[in-house]
Amino acid sequence: MKYIEEFQDPMLAERLLEDIHATVTRPWALMEVCGGQTHSIIRHGIDQLLPEELELIHGPGCPVCVTPLELIDKALEIASRPEVIFCSFGDMLRVPGTGRDLFQVRSQGGDVRVVYSPLDALALARQNPDREVVFFGIGFETTAPPNAMAVHQAAKLGLRNFSLLVSHVRVPPAIEAIMRAPDSRVRAFLAAGHVCSVMGTEEYPALAERFEVPIVVTGFEPLDILEGVRRAVRQLEAGRHTVENAYPRAVVAQGNPAARAMLDEVFTTCDRGWRGIGVIPDSGWRLAPRYREYDAEHRFSVEGVTTKEPAACRSGEVLQGLLKPHECEAFGTTCTPRTPLGATMVSSEGACAAYYLYRRLGGKTTAPLEASTRD
Amino acid sequence: MCLAVPGKVLRTEERDGTRMASVDFGGVVKEVCLEYVPDLRVGEYTIVHVGFALQRLDEESARQTLELFENLGLLEEEFGDPWQAAADMGQPEDAQREVRL
Amino acid sequence: MTSTETAEAAETAETAADFSGWTCPAPLRGGDRVVMGHGGGGALSAELVEHVFAPAFGGPALAPLADSAALEVDGVRLAFSTDSYVVRPLFFPGGSIGDLAVNGTVNDLAMSGARPAYLSCGFILEEGVELELVARVSEALGTAARTAGVEIATGDTKVVEAGRGDGIYLNTAGIGVIPHGVDIRPQRAAPGDVIIVSGAIGVHGVAVLSRREGLEFEVGIESDCAALGGLVADMLAVTRELHVLRDPTRGGVAAALNEIAAAASVGVVLQERAVPVPEQVASACSMLGLDPLYVANEGKLLAFVPRAEADAVLAAMRAHPLGAEATVVGECVTEHPGMVVARTGLGGTRVVDLPLGEQLPRIC
Repeated sequence: MKYIEEFQDPMLAERLLEDIHATVTRPWALMEVCGGQTHSIIRHGIDQLLPEELELIHGPGCPVCVTPLELIDKALEIASRPEVIFCSFGDMLRVPGTGRDLFQVRSQGGDVRVVYSPLDALALARQNPDREVVFFGIGFETTAPPNAMAVHQAAKLGLRNFSLLVSHVRVPPAIEAIMRAPDSRVRAFLAAGHVCSVMGTEEYPALAERFEVPIVVTGFEPLDILEGVRRAVRQLEAGRHTVENAYPRAVVAQGNPAARAMLDEVFTTCDRGWRGIGVIPDSGWRLAPRYREYDAEHRFSVEGVTTKEPAACRSGEVLQGLLKPHECEAFGTTCTPRTPLGATMVSSEGACAAYYLYRRLGGKTTAPLEASTRD
Repeated sequence: MCLAVPGKVLRTEERDGTRMASVDFGGVVKEVCLEYVPDLRVGEYTIVHVGFALQRLDEESARQTLELFENLGLLEEEFGDPWQAAADMGQPEDAQREVRL
Repeated sequence: MTSTETAEAAETAETAADFSGWTCPAPLRGGDRVVMGHGGGGALSAELVEHVFAPAFGGPALAPLADSAALEVDGVRLAFSTDSYVVRPLFFPGGSIGDLAVNGTVNDLAMSGARPAYLSCGFILEEGVELELVARVSEALGTAARTAGVEIATGDTKVVEAGRGDGIYLNTAGIGVIPHGVDIRPQRAAPGDVIIVSGAIGVHGVAVLSRREGLEFEVGIESDCAALGGLVADMLAVTRELHVLRDPTRGGVAAALNEIAAAASVGVVLQERAVPVPEQVASACSMLGLDPLYVANEGKLLAFVPRAEADAVLAAMRAHPLGAEATVVGECVTEHPGMVVARTGLGGTRVVDLPLGEQLPRIC
């Protein structure tokens, strides 16, 4: 068992697809919350294999894409300082702030480095005692424990030249915000498997009950996604709405207690802005008061930097399935993948960006590609 | 949010008071922090995100999940659809219990 | 280099949709300074050529912007090409900057069907770099040239102040002779052509990445860096009707196929399961969130061949050590001109877009 190829098997995928096709009787809109799942869906062309009645709405689960403009502007300001080594996960470098991105800061002399792990940034701080090492701590519940560990260790080692620019967000408040929106079309959620590896499943039954939506904890390989869809559809067709775990090999109900304890130790929940969506109450984490000296916003006094999100962006409505991307006035004009206004256009898997790409394919193909993909 | 990949623990060690491991991801070996799953043993699989083991992978659950997929079509061919049957009987949970927690 | 046709196709399509390159997350066009992506061989490189270089010094010989220029001199058709090498680290598993500097330029010549003959070599050395290192790189350069059957006929050395260079930069230019009756260029790709890859992809890029600062990992593979002149000669011995050859270096197979699709205005359909990806490459890519189709190769080629010639070409390739694992990976179609579409292992489809710049490790 290697836990990868086994869950990509085309024969088993066919079984799952047959079951889904046999089960669906009417239209349903499902949301996969996590950007990693969206990536897998697009990468394997899964959406085209599902029955026409099923619509997958790509959720706000790409941490890079939902990081608010204001925080990116703060990152750009900090990274521009001569004493700073600014460390980030690779995919954050291209996200545009107001007018520029971290790549451009680097081209203007900023010391911006890509690291694989927050511990790599910590190691840089130890190797460069005369420099300020700042790590851009983005991510959901999956990434927050590693970043918390970096801060915890910095404190333990007495490293005064390490700090974290925090932009952590949490899934359950986002699900709640999506469902609270009037006319939300989402009828079921595929919950993010690796978030639940850390947090467990305890936060979800109340949401499933309150909004009467099935929530299926789902993994990332193609068979995992199909199983998530299959279970959600089974519930919908049967009129049920419970929390199911379709990713039991990596998710247990209580999650990872050690990681959760570290989160409680280092972070405290707060309101957070989501790019293109706005502020969602209690949807993020910031450093707890006792770790305040490791907060880069505080250390570099950028708390005053404020940026307004573009008003023209309607990605909040797109995320709820209320608006098709091309129905937005900004789509393809002021908002393109290269000059995105909101989360759904920032990510290549965001609903707006995906629409943009496939519109081009559709426009030039005489026969729909889908016709030849499945016999 | 969640680019996490399964890997197999090759070696474990304490380094600067931190529990670390060499983990094999299908021929690629990388150093991984074990602080959050400290009881991982050599030979076990774990799910790793940004250099951290976040959860032990459970082989038994994985096998059961795959078995379920394998039996999907067959069960239907031979016995009809067990889930549909269960749902019709108002006991949808029963058929699914084996792969749940 | 990226073809002008790519840039032109991008421009015309932009009226309908601006597709030219997005990876998660989206890039920012513009800015008034050079960014790393301008050297990545993707859309930003193409823009630099189109907006800065071509207007300043473009001419009939430069216009096709292929890997090498085809020039006619007194009835002899010459292929002429240049490339600069700024790789870091200088030595990586399976090769060095010296091997790359020879093989990269030799391959650019070979991709027009030319028999590579002579190279030039320019050294840009940083003050303070160990002479022993210069000697090792030179040794690698000489060995690679002998293996490739080319002679280094002229050279140059410059030194820049300490801190103004990365140890050693190299530039090589090369000339080769294009045999009679051979016309290999991206524009000749035609619907019905079969697409062959000469072996496993992504190996060089992953080998180099494994030694990059901040990402280090152990992987038991070495760069595939090799000179392809001999393989191409064996293919041409079977038929002169090779339509397109391309070594998928920066930007990988995805960039190469996109450029060809745009240049010839054909659609490309890739059968993803047929693409040979070694386990370690697949694993490294899944760990870092990269797509093997976008990872660089230095010893592989893509061939567009008329269907009738495909079996013979494939057999000739497999008889050569550098093409032993050659296999058909896709075909050219009339649908979706200018676009590359992959059929996934599950039977779905996805658009394989032109990369913007260098691929970055993802966390989501």
